[in-house]
Amino acid sequence: MFSNRLVNILIPIVSVFLGLLVGAFIMLGFGYNPFLGYLALWNGAFGDSYFFGETLRQVTPYILSGLAVAFAFRTGLFNIGVEGQVIVGWLASVWVGLAIDAPMIIHLPLAVLAAALAGAAWGFLPGLLKAKLGVHEVIVTIMMNYIALYTSNSLVRNVISDGKDRTERVPETASLTSEWLASLTQYSRLHYGLLIALFAAAIMWFLLNKTARGYELRAVGFNQDASRYAGMNVGRNIILSMVISGAFAGLAGAMEGIGTFGYQSVKGGFTNIGFDGIAVALLGGNVAIGVVLAAFLFGTLKIGALNMPTGAGVPTELVDIVIAMIIFFVASSYMIRWFLLKVKKEGK
Amino acid sequence: MKSRRFLLVFSLLLALGMILGACGSSEGGSNESDGSNGGNGNSEEGSKDDFSVAMVTDVGGIDDKSFNQSAWEGLQAFGKENGMEKGQGIDYAQSASDADYNTNLNRLVRSDYDLIFGIGFLLAPAIEEVADQNPETKFSIVDSVVEKDNVASIVFKEHQGSFLVGVAAAMKTESDQVGFIGGVDSDLINKFEAGFRAGVKSVNPAIEVKVQYAGAFDAPDDGKAIASNMYSQGVDVIYHASGGTGNGVFAQAKDLKQNDPERNIWVIGVDRDQHEEGQIGDMNVTLTSMVKRVDIAVQDISTKAMNGEFPGGEVVEYGLEDDAISVATTNEEAMTEEIKTAVEDWKQKIVDGEVEVPSTQEEAKSFIDSL
Repeated sequence: MFSNRLVNILIPIVSVFLGLLVGAFIMLGFGYNPFLGYLALWNGAFGDSYFFGETLRQVTPYILSGLAVAFAFRTGLFNIGVEGQVIVGWLASVWVGLAIDAPMIIHLPLAVLAAALAGAAWGFLPGLLKAKLGVHEVIVTIMMNYIALYTSNSLVRNVISDGKDRTERVPETASLTSEWLASLTQYSRLHYGLLIALFAAAIMWFLLNKTARGYELRAVGFNQDASRYAGMNVGRNIILSMVISGAFAGLAGAMEGIGTFGYQSVKGGFTNIGFDGIAVALLGGNVAIGVVLAAFLFGTLKIGALNMPTGAGVPTELVDIVIAMIIFFVASSYMIRWFLLKVKKEGK
Repeated sequence: MKSRRFLLVFSLLLALGMILGACGSSEGGSNESDGSNGGNGNSEEGSKDDFSVAMVTDVGGIDDKSFNQSAWEGLQAFGKENGMEKGQGIDYAQSASDADYNTNLNRLVRSDYDLIFGIGFLLAPAIEEVADQNPETKFSIVDSVVEKDNVASIVFKEHQGSFLVGVAAAMKTESDQVGFIGGVDSDLINKFEAGFRAGVKSVNPAIEVKVQYAGAFDAPDDGKAIASNMYSQGVDVIYHASGGTGNGVFAQAKDLKQNDPERNIWVIGVDRDQHEEGQIGDMNVTLTSMVKRVDIAVQDISTKAMNGEFPGGEVVEYGLEDDAISVATTNEEAMTEEIKTAVEDWKQKIVDGEVEVPSTQEEAKSFIDSL
């Protein structure tokens, strides 16, 4: 009745359903009406074209940060450094946007490329340490997050701007914003980055599934010793995986830097785009199409959640609980898998 | 068997849900009517009856024990005066990240609020953008300046208040070392630092002021670590201007006080009177607080806007003379008559213009050099 593939698709769907269900019970428990709550969430995300535009805008960086985490996962690496790579990508895109004066056809790709390179460099270092010295990437990437955050703050304050809290806005020639998309969605901040994100998802799918290099990367992810025995260069694949993962994360930073905001500011804390990317990748099963769908769900929840307090009096924190519940059920997918297989057996 | 048991549990949960649902629905119903009312504010501009105000918090949230909370208290006071309540005439939207500011502002514009406050300098770029797109709606930004005809900028003379708590700190210290812990190293927090240093040095130029920035407004663990470091170096009074990070400063001070009740350990609070945060048994480590009455400002601007006197395009400054900046004297034991008198004297000098309190680091330097 259920093929293995179907079970893999069903698990995240069941998890989301259970997460929403538990969220409804929690709302009930605190005396809120879950139907009104979810209706407000729906309206907050899709109520009119403005909110739909904002939802897509929020989805854009999530796709890329989700891809970044997923890509490293496929090679058996846990890249918690996506957050830091997002920040350096953000900084690089804005910096190139401000420092260089060029026509759009050169300027914009250059800014995007700079972000990808910066993120890649931030991923290269943990990859190198892992490949050459066996230093665990989780520890290094966590540290790199803080280095990125505070270096970026210091550069914004002392180098790019003149002791200010944020940089100038990047000029039109380096901006992903679009009058057309904005007017289409009643001045939402939807920008062309969405196309870049979708394109990146296609690239990830192609790279991992259709090239020999991708096969090697996945092989290293399945079993390093077997890969080494088969004559693959494990170290090089680890570094490559971290570099590509970092480049995706850097692009996510560019989405914010030259798309949503148009500037970089001194940050009091992490953006959480990278950390949410871990959840997106997990829910998306670490495959490109899954990440796109999961990012869409997360973006919807995040933007819709903003409407829950005004629309139905439900505190936004509850949405965080729902998201946590969804992740919990994905993480305990074994339980759901077991249940589904049970149903499958009985169905026979 | 097992799946049957699962079904039983599931159906029990469902039944529980139904029961709870019955309890919850009446409240939900009233919420719905609340929500629909706030919306129709803008139909007649300037008319008092359907004037509506809302605010967008920064990432600190509505219950930050600091200026977001204070601003909401101001709106509530305004609502009480004019027979409004949450959802009916006044409301707030909370932001979870920097990216939410625009979305929240636009949501409120779409709900036809007449006046929308952005609380905190972090919202300045968002207000600038949204105010441009919606010239018909009035906006107001706290702690920053946005030059648009439909935006009233509210700024406070925090340097004045910081100067006065600096005076109190200088008189209270026994080790001649005081500390300043800032949130993020930014123009706004530099203002606090400049005023504080000037105040301390005005009383006694020999007192050393140790300055450190935590780099975040929401990192109590960092605040605790920095405070621990400062206190162990001999600092005995710390003034924090760091929002939630300051909770760690209070925690550290209370720990030290508990271990050694005789020790001279003080914290100076910020934004609100943080007397409660410093309470430990029957002792209190809060010397005083630099109180910034965001509520007074918010209430004032709302009232002006309702009466058609909205100061659009202007920068409205609130300071000691409006009582929007003050020094708390709740801890009567610690704030001796001597200190209070000195603070009052300096306050008079500032209000009379005899003393020009520096508001940037450069100004502070030349001010201290000139002493």
